[in-house]
Amino acid sequence: MATVTFDHVYKRFPGDVVAVNDLNLQVADGEFLVLVGPSGCGKTTALRCVAGLETISDGELSIGDQVVNDVAPKDRDIAMVFQSYALYPHMSVYDNMAFGLKLRKMSKTDIDARVREAAGILGLDRYLDRKPKALSGGQRQRVALGRAIVREPKVFLMDEPLSNLDAKLRVQTRAEIARIHRRLGTTIVYVTHDQVEAMTMGDRIAVMKDGLLQQIGTPEELYTHPANLFVAGFIGSPAMNFVTVTTAGGELMMGETKLSLGGEPARVAAAQTPGKNLTIGFRPEHLVLANGSDGQAMRFPAVVDVVEYLGNEELIHARAEGNDIVALLPSDRKVKAGDNVELAVPLDRLFVFDPETEKALVS
Amino acid sequence: MTATSPGLDQAGPEQGWFARQHIGLHTALIVLMVIWAIPTFGLFVNSFRPATEAFGTGWWSALFPPYNFTFENYAHVLGQSNIGTNFLNSLFISIPATVIPIFVAAFAAYAFSWMEFPGRNILFVVVVGLLVVPLQATLIPVLSLFASWGIAGTFLAVWLAHTAYGLPFAIYLLRNFMGSLPREVFESAAIDGASSVTSFFRLALPMSVPAIAALAIFQFLFVWNDLLVALIYISIVNPDNLPLTVSIAGLVTSQGAGTEFLGAAAFISMALPLIVFFGLQRFFVRGIVGGSVKG
Ligand SMILES: Nc1ncnc2c1ncn2[C@@H]1O[C@H](COP(=O)(O)OP(=O)(O)OP(=O)(O)O)[C@@H](O)[C@H]1O
Ligand SMILES: [Mg+2]
Repeated sequence: MATVTFDHVYKRFPGDVVAVNDLNLQVADGEFLVLVGPSGCGKTTALRCVAGLETISDGELSIGDQVVNDVAPKDRDIAMVFQSYALYPHMSVYDNMAFGLKLRKMSKTDIDARVREAAGILGLDRYLDRKPKALSGGQRQRVALGRAIVREPKVFLMDEPLSNLDAKLRVQTRAEIARIHRRLGTTIVYVTHDQVEAMTMGDRIAVMKDGLLQQIGTPEELYTHPANLFVAGFIGSPAMNFVTVTTAGGELMMGETKLSLGGEPARVAAAQTPGKNLTIGFRPEHLVLANGSDGQAMRFPAVVDVVEYLGNEELIHARAEGNDIVALLPSDRKVKAGDNVELAVPLDRLFVFDPETEKALVS
Repeated sequence: MTATSPGLDQAGPEQGWFARQHIGLHTALIVLMVIWAIPTFGLFVNSFRPATEAFGTGWWSALFPPYNFTFENYAHVLGQSNIGTNFLNSLFISIPATVIPIFVAAFAAYAFSWMEFPGRNILFVVVVGLLVVPLQATLIPVLSLFASWGIAGTFLAVWLAHTAYGLPFAIYLLRNFMGSLPREVFESAAIDGASSVTSFFRLALPMSVPAIAALAIFQFLFVWNDLLVALIYISIVNPDNLPLTVSIAGLVTSQGAGTEFLGAAAFISMALPLIVFFGLQRFFVRGIVGGSVKG
C-alpha cells in the first residue's frame, strides 16, 4: 500500500496537446480516489502516467516515497484495469490471472491459492477454464479485475472499468469494487466520466477539465461547495440551474424580476460594481413551490413547460425570464404544463459565481 | 434471457435474407471453382494416357469408351533413379526455407509494431521497398558471393537466398497483422512484468497464428515450386542437392521429347503441398483476439 503523489506533473503530446496540465494531487495511503471529468479531459493519460505507460513531460510522480519518473511499469508494483479489458485472448481465465504471478516466479501452489481466492471473490470459479471469447462482457470485466487483484499491488489503477456493463451489472460491480477496496485496503485511483459513479465510490473526487484539476474533495464537499461553475454543473444529477443576473445595489435583477436576497449572497451582491453580471446557481432538488412563508428564500415566478413524472418525484421544466429552469418536486404537487408558479430557493442553497473567472463567490 | 428475445423474433426475415445472399455467393464460388479446376482435371486425366493419344486428342475424349488408361507415365517418373533423393532434397530445402524467414520476420514485425527505436519508420519503408527488387537482378552477384564464401551448391545457400527473398513480404504482412493487435494487451503484459521477449513469445506469436499459417503456406509453395533459385545456386555446382523441380524439368529434353511425363510429375510434386495446405488449414481461425478488448 502506498501514496501516489503528482507534483506539478505535465504530459504534452506532439501537436501542442497538453493532456495533463500542472497536476498537483496527493492520493493518501489506502484511499479510493476518483478522477472524473468529461471525455478527453486527460483522465486516462493521468492514470497511464502513474502506470508508467506514458513518460511524463515535466514534474515529479511518486508512489510511496519513491520517485517513479524513470521506473519501468513492471517495477512500480501497480496493477491496472484497462478501459478495454485487454485480456490475453488465447489464455484461459485462470492463465490470464496467473500470468503476472508466473512472470514474478511465484510458486505454483501460491499462484493457485491466489487465483482461486480472487475467482471466489469475483464469482468466477466456474469459468476458470474458459477463454475470454466465451465470456459475457460482465464476466470479462471481472476477469480484468481479478487479474489486478491477484497481483496484490501497492496501488490499483482502474480506467472506467464499468463503462461497458449494463445498468444492473454496473451497480452490482460497483458494490463489488467497493467491497474489494474495504477488504484489501489498497490505494485505488479510479477513472470515470460518470459523476454518479464518482459520488458513490470515491473517498475523494478529483474533477478534471481540459487537463486541469478543477477541484478535489469529498463527494459532499464537491456537492455543497463547488469551487467553480464547471464543478457545480458537473456534480449532481440533474445538473444545477444557472441564471445570469445583474447587480443593482444590494439587489440582483433576473430580467425584470427583482430577487430578494439576504445573508451571504446579498453581501456579495452589494460588493460588486452596480451593473455587473453574476451567475447564480441552484440545484433542481433544492427548488420548492413558494408558499409565502419562506422568508429565507429567493423567489421568482416561472411558467411550467413540461412535466416528467418519475414516480415519487416529478421533473419540472419551466421558463423564468427567458431562462430554462429544472426543478425536482414531489409528485403530489400536481403541477401541470402551462401553470404559472412561484419557485423558491432557500438562501443557504444558493450559489453565486463570477461569470468571468467562473470562480464561486458564494458556495 | 428476455433481453435476447427481440433478436430471436427478428431472426426469421434476417435468416431469409442471409440465406439468399448465401445462395448467390455459393453459386459464384462453385462456378469459379469449376473454371479453375477444369484445366487441372484435364492434366490429371492426361497424365494417365499414353503419349500418342494425349497429343492427338483432347483430354475429354478419354472419358468415353474405348478407355485406354495407363500408369506408364507415373512409372517412368517414379522410375527415375534420383527421384527419391530429389524429393527429400525438396523437403530439406523447403522446410528450413519456410521456417527461417517466418521466424525472422515475426521478430522484425514485432519490433516494427511494438518497440520504440530511432529510425523505425524509415527502416520499415526500406524493408517494404525491397519488395520491388526483381529476384533475377540478384542472381549473379549473390551467386558470386556464395562462391566466395564457399557455400555455392549447398542447402545453406538456398536457405539464405529464400530467406532473403521471402523476408520483405513476410515482414510486411506480419507487421500489418501484429500492428492491429490491441495495444492494451501488450501494455497490460508490461505491467504484469513481461519483457519484450516474453511479450513476443507469449502474446504476439500465439495471437498471430492465423497470419503465420497463411504466410507459411505461401512461402512453402513458393520454395517447393521454385526452379530458378535452385537451378542457379545448386545445379551448376552440386547436382546431388537438386530438388524435385529441377529433375522434373530435366524430364524434357531440349528437343521437346518427354513432355508426356510432365503431367504425372506435376501431380507427384503436388501431393506434399496439398498435405501442407490441409494440415495448416485448421490454424485459420477467425477472430483469434475475440474477447480480448471490448469492440
Ligand atoms: N497518444 C496521444 N497522442 C496525442 N494526443 C493524445 C494521445 N493520447 C491522448 N491524447 C489527447 O489527450 C487528451 C486526453 O486524452 P485522454 O485519453 O486522457 O482522455 P480521457 O479523459 O481519458 O477521455 P475519455 O473519457 O474519452 O476516455 C485528448 O485530447 C486526447 O486527444
Ligand atoms: Mg479515457
